[in-house]
Amino acid sequence: MSTMNVQAPQKPAGGLARGMGRFRGFREGTTILIILVLGVIMSILSPVFLTGENFSTMFKIFAINGLVVIGMTLVMIGGGIDLSVAAVMALVGVVAGQLFLVYHWDIWTASLAGLAVGTVIGFMNGFFVTRVGLSPFIVTLALSFMARGLAFVLSQAMPLPLNTISNSFKFIGRGVIGSTGIPFIVVLFLAVALVFDFLSRRSTVIRRIYYVGSNEKAARFSGINVNRVRMGIYVLSGALAAVAGIFSVSRFNSAPPYGYAGVEMTAICAAVIGGTSMNGGEGTIFGAVLGIAMLAVIETATNLLEISPYLKDLITGAILLTAVSIDMLSHRKRA
Amino acid sequence: METPILEVRNISKRFGATQALTGVSLAFHAGTVHAVVGENGAGKSTLMNLVGGVHQADSGEILLDGRRVTLQSPNDALRMGVGFVHQEITLCQHMSVAENVFMHSLNDSGRPLVRFSEIQARTRKLLTDFDAHSPIDPRQLVEALSVSQQQVVEIVKALSVNCRVIIFDEPTAALTESETEALFRIITRLKEKGIAVIYISHRLAEIYRIADTVTVLRDGTLIDTKPVGSMDQLSLVHSMVGRELKDIYPPKARGNGSEVLMDVRGLSLAGEFEEVSFSLRQGEILGFAGLVGSGRTEVARTICGLYRKTGGEVLLNGERISIRSYKDAIRQGIVYLTEDRAKDGLFLDMSVAANISVISLDDVARLKLIQKRKELGLAQKFVSDMQIKVASPLARLRSLSGGNQQKVLVSKLLTISPKVVLMDEPTRGIDVGAKTQIYHLLRRLASEGVGVLMISSELPEIVGVCDRVAVMYEGRMCGILEGNHINEKSIIQMACLSTS
Repeated sequence: MSTMNVQAPQKPAGGLARGMGRFRGFREGTTILIILVLGVIMSILSPVFLTGENFSTMFKIFAINGLVVIGMTLVMIGGGIDLSVAAVMALVGVVAGQLFLVYHWDIWTASLAGLAVGTVIGFMNGFFVTRVGLSPFIVTLALSFMARGLAFVLSQAMPLPLNTISNSFKFIGRGVIGSTGIPFIVVLFLAVALVFDFLSRRSTVIRRIYYVGSNEKAARFSGINVNRVRMGIYVLSGALAAVAGIFSVSRFNSAPPYGYAGVEMTAICAAVIGGTSMNGGEGTIFGAVLGIAMLAVIETATNLLEISPYLKDLITGAILLTAVSIDMLSHRKRA
Repeated sequence: METPILEVRNISKRFGATQALTGVSLAFHAGTVHAVVGENGAGKSTLMNLVGGVHQADSGEILLDGRRVTLQSPNDALRMGVGFVHQEITLCQHMSVAENVFMHSLNDSGRPLVRFSEIQARTRKLLTDFDAHSPIDPRQLVEALSVSQQQVVEIVKALSVNCRVIIFDEPTAALTESETEALFRIITRLKEKGIAVIYISHRLAEIYRIADTVTVLRDGTLIDTKPVGSMDQLSLVHSMVGRELKDIYPPKARGNGSEVLMDVRGLSLAGEFEEVSFSLRQGEILGFAGLVGSGRTEVARTICGLYRKTGGEVLLNGERISIRSYKDAIRQGIVYLTEDRAKDGLFLDMSVAANISVISLDDVARLKLIQKRKELGLAQKFVSDMQIKVASPLARLRSLSGGNQQKVLVSKLLTISPKVVLMDEPTRGIDVGAKTQIYHLLRRLASEGVGVLMISSELPEIVGVCDRVAVMYEGRMCGILEGNHINEKSIIQMACLSTS
């Protein structure tokens, strides 16, 4: 209003930033702590753990899945869920691979076509959620089956051998930067994650995802086009899963139609460990990346210590349960 | 005088540091409707929870038929003949009517299996005893019934154990107008059957319609018990609030005839309201009165694009404006405050700052990037201007009291410096202090040239605040009252008796 005079904020920005850090940082702090503790234990138990080679393997594990985690986190912040990501990864690989093998497309062009397919599936998820009004769980589950089925049909259920793809394309998944030994894909992922983390804190577009997830009706009553926001997150999630699918082709030189099983659950798990709420409205990209990092450390640890892979799942489940329990108890105290 | 069915003597109850009830004595007689009124926190619910066995009194006694009783649980109370129809329906939606009615006593027969034919027959008898033409089938699922029919089931459930006292706690909060009428008929019938009805409501108009006796509670003490007829609405409000009304309401606008700001012509929303026309003048507060379900909320929401109109037009400053979504309305400077704060208004787990900036996000952003300092500055400004009690704008909204949450919600609308504000029940569920602040704020906005439209179901507030009052009845605008014609009687006459 015209008569209101603008006042300077009462507290200096530093104080406010610190307040925000304390408020938001709790979950990330715990995650970092657990990663460090695991790291220390591992470096004592295994001499290989602290080597550069091990680190590059470890980072590669989460670089590709990390892209899926970013998409999943945004979907969950918006109050939804996307169970189709793993099947999208598989389908995109198969589509790009068949275009390359059968129709002799250039692998880059074929990849773009694959990206388009992933985006279309994201769009279909968004369509059925927003226009038909179905639950995201059901819609993305159904499209997950459909995408997986299509991948099997297009590949005759055989993994496509793609050893003949160009070296420049292989570089994405296998290349290292100069003489540093740092995998290119890790740098690429960290850059993408940084951008999304920054945007999730600052961009008006992503802030609207938080509003929609926090209270969909209130968002509508604040002039936000809720359907556009919800459509957007599924398209983005589909596109990011497609990128992850292409990167996997580059890294493994193969497109398995049955591959990446359980990636959607890993992504949900990482997001939740990092503080994303299943009810929407809460979560950070930074936290989710820490979540997937933690899972990568656990996986590396079980590999190095030659622990049964079944134990890996047991540990992952226990950590997930602990993280959400702590979160629930701290919420209850606050309420 | 005959022995009252239910009597409380010198009853007190404390919760932690709060003395909820202090030495209240009351008698409830057979065949009467006894209303209990008071502000939030006056002790109405506490009193009813003691009588209904939900809580136990610290001191004092409860007498049924002159005999002292102890009620350890709601089940005790029910068995002794005190039924409680809660504000929210507490039935199992996916089960049948009969199963719900006999939920308490399914085990009483001593058989392991439910004999459905028996409970259905008994339920049918209860229903027809109650209303000879009852359309409710005992085998129907509760979810298939309308809200007032579900309330009938609640009542029949209370009657199934021969209740002689039935407590209604804000029973009309969720009802439409016709359902409310049905409920009133039911209550009249209960009265004829010699049951003592205790009726809790903050809607004074209802109390004047059905109650015989009214008791006023304030700050946990008994202020007055009188026959309804001997107390006019104004003095009733006085004794509820405990202060003069002129302290509560700001002075009204002086003179009128200033220019028209917004002109609504023949606005319609099929099935909800038809041909609504009125104009909102600069500098005035226009009240919107009418019963719940008369279409007031729908009119406001249609003006601001939340619902898509099926006819008519809206002119702002003489120019026809096209509003296809709420976003368009915001762009034109028309904002809407929702009646259901928690459900459609608040982002409870987000910060106060994020709640305030939501509709003017682009104003605190550069290149689509939010400038944190700008956003916080905006929040700080409103926190101090609106006297919102909060430690920091970064605190979660959930941690604020209802009144302060409402102020945050109002702040959000003011961030865009609106031309027209449509306030739907702006003071619902907040205490008198915060209400007064809202009234003065609305008056200040009006005097700054903002057009203010206020929908309210509380007549004293409409009469106390508004310069003109539009009255709606069943989806039609039945008239606009001005000046001295604004009083509760003429509003009620228009809102309930219109035949136009």
